[in-house]
Amino acid sequence: MSTVATPAPVPRRRRRRRTKLQRRPTRLGWLLLVPALAVVAFVALYPLGKTVYQSFTNQEFLAGLEPTKWVGIDNYRTLWHDTIFRDTVVLTIKFTAITVGFEFVLGLIIALVVNSSFKGRGLMRAVMLVPWAIPTVVAAQMWKWMLDDTFGVVNDLGVRLHLLSHSRAWISDPATSLASVCAVDIWKTTPFVALLLLAGLQVIPNDLYEAASVDGANKLQQFWRITLPLLRPAILVTLIFRTLDALRVFDVFQVFFGYRLGAQSMAVYDQSTTVNDGHVGYGASMSVAIFLIISLFVVIYVTFMRTTEE
Amino acid sequence: MKHRRLLVLAGVVGAVALVVSLSVAAAGSKKATHAQAAAALQAPKVPNAAAIRKKYGGQKITFVGDSVGLGHVRDTKLAKRFTKDTGIKVSVVPHPAASDQSYAQLARAFSSKSSSIDVAMIDVVWPGAFAPYLVNLKPKLGKQAKLHLGSIVANDTIKGKLVAMPWFGDYGILYYRTDLLKKYGYKAPPKTWTDLFKMAKKIQDGERSSNPNFAGFVFQGNAYEGLTCNALEWIASAGGGHIIDNGKVTIDNAKARTILDAMSKQIGAITPRGVTSYQEDQTEHAFDNGDAAFARNWPYQYGIGATAGSKVKGKFNVTVLPHGAAGKSVGTVGGWQLAVSKFSKHKAATIEFVRYMTSPAVEKFDAITNSNVPTIVSVAKNKAVVKANPYLKPAIASVPRVTRPAKFLGTKYNEASKVVYQGINQILNGSSSSSVLPQIKAKLQQIMK
Repeated sequence: MSTVATPAPVPRRRRRRRTKLQRRPTRLGWLLLVPALAVVAFVALYPLGKTVYQSFTNQEFLAGLEPTKWVGIDNYRTLWHDTIFRDTVVLTIKFTAITVGFEFVLGLIIALVVNSSFKGRGLMRAVMLVPWAIPTVVAAQMWKWMLDDTFGVVNDLGVRLHLLSHSRAWISDPATSLASVCAVDIWKTTPFVALLLLAGLQVIPNDLYEAASVDGANKLQQFWRITLPLLRPAILVTLIFRTLDALRVFDVFQVFFGYRLGAQSMAVYDQSTTVNDGHVGYGASMSVAIFLIISLFVVIYVTFMRTTEE
Repeated sequence: MKHRRLLVLAGVVGAVALVVSLSVAAAGSKKATHAQAAAALQAPKVPNAAAIRKKYGGQKITFVGDSVGLGHVRDTKLAKRFTKDTGIKVSVVPHPAASDQSYAQLARAFSSKSSSIDVAMIDVVWPGAFAPYLVNLKPKLGKQAKLHLGSIVANDTIKGKLVAMPWFGDYGILYYRTDLLKKYGYKAPPKTWTDLFKMAKKIQDGERSSNPNFAGFVFQGNAYEGLTCNALEWIASAGGGHIIDNGKVTIDNAKARTILDAMSKQIGAITPRGVTSYQEDQTEHAFDNGDAAFARNWPYQYGIGATAGSKVKGKFNVTVLPHGAAGKSVGTVGGWQLAVSKFSKHKAATIEFVRYMTSPAVEKFDAITNSNVPTIVSVAKNKAVVKANPYLKPAIASVPRVTRPAKFLGTKYNEASKVVYQGINQILNGSSSSSVLPQIKAKLQQIMK
């Protein structure tokens, strides 16, 4: 897929001669970049650096007059043995696998449908985005009411249609709590996945399909041989986006479960440790750990993307 | 061309989403109808208003106030009156409804030395944690503090400094449906938890035929601060101590296990299964909607249930909470204080506002319009106040109050309480008390070290 050719090695002498001419615009270029770099340093590097620094201290929220001390890797040692944190990592990865899997398959189907031409396609494309446009906290609260066992519409419909024998407390019951929170995320984010994949589908030239038809390939063969391979870059971008988003999920879990043990995502536990308990140092070490876990996924994806591109 | 069309459609989608979210938000504000009841009474005048205006008129202060029930309506009304009389502008910001989140908000503001908050309402368990960041009110308000309940003033006095003024003092009470008790042949509300379970079961079985959503008993079971209050009442009323007694963790004992297991068995039987994610608002909603026979809540629910438009108006009453086999009825002390931030730029003007808000006239106004428990003894005895608030009848008002173990924990209270409510929530969701209570005990001991 890569169309950018590797630049031919430039002879050293020629390069030197061009420096004087080149230098001025280069310097100007750097000068113009400075404000942007300063902003990045201020909003991204500084907080990140500060978090890493804090993770080696015993800083507390309301320590009063007690000074903050450097404690080395103590926080990380505690974190390694923190079974609650381990549970949240497992739960969050489970959540990510389930939601990203469903969202991808459903999103691909929807993208294929709205990519074909039919009457009212524009309206369809707009309508399918509605769940994505609702703020997550609002959507989560809405679903919390809809899933309630006394006045929720989901149970009411289920019982009336004889799909359920009785009302169920989807959120409170540990057996169905993960499923309920996944369902809301899938409902909300599938349109986004569909949109990204749709963008990928639209750049596939139509004449490829025409040629394939002429050669006698059926629709299924066209999908496997043309659509899927050419969609690969879009798929990878989509999966990276969604995986990273899912790994740092906070709002749905917090609205649905509060701080219920065994139902906290990594971000919820980190937030409650830092803000509720006031353990800023320990919370920072957790943030760094979450950062590393997420980076791991990024590295895996990016490596995968590179190897398939070559 | 194609892209522009997409953009327009995206705009349409955005608009639709906005409408949806607004209507969801509007659905949450049904309380507006209750506000009309409170409108009948006028906010009291500010004493010495002219002198205050001369000194501090034109200053602007920010008050982080109430958001539960009719609290915000009252705050706005009183602040408006105060501004009108004194010229001090008060902007009222409601705090997050979950008290643990409200704590975090204040902790953030204080630890960053922010002057954006001048006065805030703080929970009865917070003075110890926030003391270093609060103004000593004793020099200016010490005299007025003498009017308030001694036990609460003592709670708000840290190392000899009065860091907060008592504002209103809650305690847990039992709401019950008088019409349903009569219908099912009961003459009096339940005395013990076992009575309550039996009565709730019978009423629920009977009512389910006409109302499939009916539940016998609702309370606050979500994993949040409110569950610590509920659990303390269950355990203390069964003779199982107060979680921490005399600096020692006592929560893991046979009486506590018995009552917690008994309570756990009721989940989904006489309560909605979803009660383990209920907070105050869901409890109030279920009871005032006619979907519950019994409810445990703070006194504020009385005012909402008694307004026109409530489905249970005239059909309910309140009493002390039931007790276990070996205990006495108790009520967890809740309640709120007003505290002035050390980082405020207008401390003197803010203290005048606190003086007004914690005066007998305002407490009387609050008790009648908002059914909050006055912390001023003479107001609590006032006839008009008692008439509006039946829970102030001597039999109920004299129930022993239990306090959460904040004094043993200071700044670590929040973390300790989280351990308690997470554990109790696990028990309610089906774990056995014999496996969870030892864990709670170990964690609390770790925190107190």
